[in-house]
Amino acid sequence: MQRSEPCTLAPDNLVQIDHVTFGYDRSRAILSDVSLQFPRGRVIAVMGSSGGGKTTLLRLIGGLIAPSSGAILFDGERVDPTDAGKLFALRRRLGMLFQFGALFTDLTVFENVAFPLREHTNLPESMIHDIVLMKLNAVGLRGAAARGIAEVSGGMGRRIALARAIALDPELIMYDEPFAGLDPISMAVIANLIRRLNDATGATSIVVSHDVSECFAICDYAYLISGGHVIARGTPNDLLTSENPEVHQFIHGEIDGPVPFHYPAPPIARDLGLMNGVSQ
Amino acid sequence: MNPTDLVAALGARSINVLGSLGHAAAFSAALVRHIAPAFRRFQLTVGQIHAIGNYSLVIIITSGAAVGGVLALQSYYSLARYGAADSVGLLVALALLRELGPVLSALLYAGRAGTSLTAELGLMKAGEQLTAMEMMAVDPMGRVLAPRFVAGVIAMPILGAVFSMSGVCSAYVVAVKLIGLDAAQFWSTMQDGVDVFEDVGNGILKTIVFGIATTFIALYVGYECKPTPEGVARATTSTVVVSSLAVLILDFLLTAVMFGRP
Repeated sequence: MQRSEPCTLAPDNLVQIDHVTFGYDRSRAILSDVSLQFPRGRVIAVMGSSGGGKTTLLRLIGGLIAPSSGAILFDGERVDPTDAGKLFALRRRLGMLFQFGALFTDLTVFENVAFPLREHTNLPESMIHDIVLMKLNAVGLRGAAARGIAEVSGGMGRRIALARAIALDPELIMYDEPFAGLDPISMAVIANLIRRLNDATGATSIVVSHDVSECFAICDYAYLISGGHVIARGTPNDLLTSENPEVHQFIHGEIDGPVPFHYPAPPIARDLGLMNGVSQ
Repeated sequence: MNPTDLVAALGARSINVLGSLGHAAAFSAALVRHIAPAFRRFQLTVGQIHAIGNYSLVIIITSGAAVGGVLALQSYYSLARYGAADSVGLLVALALLRELGPVLSALLYAGRAGTSLTAELGLMKAGEQLTAMEMMAVDPMGRVLAPRFVAGVIAMPILGAVFSMSGVCSAYVVAVKLIGLDAAQFWSTMQDGVDVFEDVGNGILKTIVFGIATTFIALYVGYECKPTPEGVARATTSTVVVSSLAVLILDFLLTAVMFGRP
């Protein structure tokens, strides 16, 4: 449990974030000097409150945005958003599940999963057909292959997006809020799939979420981000037993604690035109 | 506002305008780079020609027929006063081929297909579909924008031709079948007075220029819009306004170049 400790380049890390600072404008940093490591073959959770920079972290790893300072390494190579060729080569090795699926609404379920295969391979149509059905079978939706995207539920959409994300058997799978807005059954299905697919394919998974129980049930290691800093890191058990008040408040969902209920504001008496109990 | 603030505001505004121009130029360059690959995957473009062109046919044919009919009626009443009623066919054909066909079909195209392109791109952006494509190492410029651009540039001259053809047919019905002018006169004056290169060729050239301008505006505005319901609504409105102004200004410039010489 330490703040943004310096990291060393370890060969067993697939992704390494090294002293990264990022802000959409100079006045406010979303992430301040954070360092995280994502070892191969593990499921790593990145947790934190909304607006804490978790999704920004995934965008940095995918090269959608560039850090203000620091470096992001993928399999030992620096992620450079200005080098389109290298960036696209890197992206072929990763899959991403977006918060709301980001499925192509003009394509069917089958065509969505076939999309990366058609774009990046010259496989014959019969083979694409078989791979797509296998991927859909892995997420339990082989029977929905012919359906349109408008005809599937949110939970099904998330599973289809997962099938699409693993279509090319990526080395890294990034999940952006995979449990958001799902019913308990869909949530359990997705959590189970993340763990099962990670173990079956030998991939590395980064799960960005604020759903503590679901994350802890499937992850090997977790980071907790708050205010642009890594405030805690460790196994689920380490975080559950943490005595850090901020970690304790987040993990146990307490209303009161270091994270205030109220957004910073002047005293309410001033806003209501009342000072010292006398109307102004 | 004191003079210093005024200069600062002007400077900031100028930087914004120059930044936007630079951004649009970079967008155009990227689009142009992806045009040749769009021809290599022509089935994507064919699908877009169907979406942009076929679905615009009803409004183009109907409007063309209405404009042609009105032109025939109005020109007959004016020309008949001077005993030149036989020239109705020629006047309608020249008006449609040189001006009204290209301009009105481009305005209708901007309202029908342009807004559709902008809204589609805006919603794809809002739904993170374009970002998802990028994360799959697929460039949206090549997969989404270039096929739509090529489709628009191909569809626009065809729509312009259909508009003019519909207008001429409608004018024939009004002038010959309703008013009772001689059919042979209607067609022969048109055949004599319309030059294939001067009138038809320049008209087609105009529709190609309008197709490039309106499709580019629709795609750029959609691609750059804010990914919110309000942003998409604003973007579709901008597409209609900017495209319409662009068509009218370009038409004036092209007409001056094509037909302005003595």
